[in-house]
Amino acid sequence: MEKTFTATIWVLGDDIDTDIILPTQYLALEHVEDMKPYAFSPLREDLAGKIQKGDMIVAGKNFGCGSSREQAPEVMKALGISCVVAKSFARIFYRNAINNGMLLLENDKLYDQVTEGDRATVTLGEKIEYKGKTYEISSLPTNLMEILEAGGLVAAMQKKNGKKVE
Amino acid sequence: MGMTMAEKIIALAAKVPVTRAGDIETVTVDRLMSNDGTTHLTIDMYHNQLKHPHIADPDKLVWFVDHNIPADSPKTAASHKKMREFAKEHQIAFYEGEGVCHQVMMERYVRPGELIFGADSHTCAYGALGAFGTGVGCTDYLYAMVTGTSWVLVPSTIQIRLNGKLKEGVCARDLILTIIGQIGAGGATYKVMEFVGEGMKSLTMADRISICNLCVEAGAKSALMEADEIALTYLKEHGRTPKAVLKSDEDAVFEQVITIDLGEIKPIVAKPHFVDNVAPAQECFGVKIDEAFLGSCNNGRLEDLRVAAQLIKGKKVAEGVRFLVVPASRSVYKEAIKEGLIDTFVQAGAMVMNPCCSVCWGACQGVIGQGETLISTGTRNFKGRAGHKDSYIYLASALTVTASAIAGEITTSDRV
Repeated sequence: MEKTFTATIWVLGDDIDTDIILPTQYLALEHVEDMKPYAFSPLREDLAGKIQKGDMIVAGKNFGCGSSREQAPEVMKALGISCVVAKSFARIFYRNAINNGMLLLENDKLYDQVTEGDRATVTLGEKIEYKGKTYEISSLPTNLMEILEAGGLVAAMQKKNGKKVE
Repeated sequence: MGMTMAEKIIALAAKVPVTRAGDIETVTVDRLMSNDGTTHLTIDMYHNQLKHPHIADPDKLVWFVDHNIPADSPKTAASHKKMREFAKEHQIAFYEGEGVCHQVMMERYVRPGELIFGADSHTCAYGALGAFGTGVGCTDYLYAMVTGTSWVLVPSTIQIRLNGKLKEGVCARDLILTIIGQIGAGGATYKVMEFVGEGMKSLTMADRISICNLCVEAGAKSALMEADEIALTYLKEHGRTPKAVLKSDEDAVFEQVITIDLGEIKPIVAKPHFVDNVAPAQECFGVKIDEAFLGSCNNGRLEDLRVAAQLIKGKKVAEGVRFLVVPASRSVYKEAIKEGLIDTFVQAGAMVMNPCCSVCWGACQGVIGQGETLISTGTRNFKGRAGHKDSYIYLASALTVTASAIAGEITTSDRV
């Protein structure tokens, strides 16, 4: 994972729930690739098609509230989203995202300032720079960073234990 | 300094004498519930990503097909088949069509003092029996299934002290929606919502499950209630004994204390598209509905069906309205038949369906179309949750939903 990266911003609101991230009727699709077009569709039907690899999402409070469906962070990762910056995250989604190698960053000020389509630069564990201003982000605990670096929990355990998960 | 109930259960599972909110503990999980929402993903990861796949303790696993049953497409049928075959091969307890996972877990498995992971967000319902149930995704589930353990961040606790008694026409559902409206959809994120006080005495097990079940809609990691006489009687009737009967110490530290007089609670609805978007039911009187749903892990229990049947007996479902009644489990269904409740619903023009998650999760029969309005005892009213993205869901109690089904518009039980 790059320590510093610059990304185009998509802005979503407060309480973006997992049914918005991926509606129920698409959960049974066999591959995450098939789910991609439907991500965020109840809110913005055309958004998934516009997101480019490396783009970031900036949102308000309680991002990812709702169900435990892991397809939600999975589909975001498959879309190539580099990170989500939100005021706060729902608990189950937070764990699921980290477990799938999807980077989440908490900052309570950026959302109120950003305009969609602008670009921001993230320096992991330190800051986000946007329009000449700096927004602080804290560093993740080492164990979570290891999971992210490996690309998810299962991969991290394999790396750590050498050959097997036990 | 004393410990909270949550700290005590986690300490027990971590085999440490003391733990505090903010600590990270490695716990041995007492039970692992999963359903057809995501189990096929768990199985895929098990086969494809583990180098030496194995299960730490198959006896702890309980699997359900409840979200999409009976299967509505070859895809879901394939996913169920995958679960069925895996469960058979690994001798995992497997229920298909027995009911909504949480209801069957309460009837057959949950014990006070246990720490339970469920690959479903409403696992927090188990707090009604004094167990720490928490929702996880399928990767966390797989990890716990393979290792028998997981890590948990010990949560702080919001203690909710209940006094008095709910008035007639008011349900436990009205209470929990009121609380969620008060603290907000993220008001308890990472925290435990613990319910105590003399008001608990007036709440049945059905009430308690309904309250704990919905706490995740305030972001809670879990909900907890002390296993008192009412809970222990339920446990005994269902042939089980506690792991440990625990409660918070008097000098435990709570993040917040909320006191509620149950007598003050009024019928309430959560308006589209957020569970914390609540309003007194009367503010929504007259909103036309296309469909009403009585069921789900929140309100498909016998007690809910009883009050609903009593209200609708001798009346009819409004013309042009579909009223779906879905018992939460086969045992609820059987008892409801015995008591004549199902007959009452059918006579009134309701559609009674097999125990499952039904339209609460929007991938079963009963989904609503563009521009339609549903009033529901389901768990969520997110945009598109019950069907078309441009549809509307109001959440309410069993009584308010049934009254609205009769009236064809949102109303309360005292007005039909």
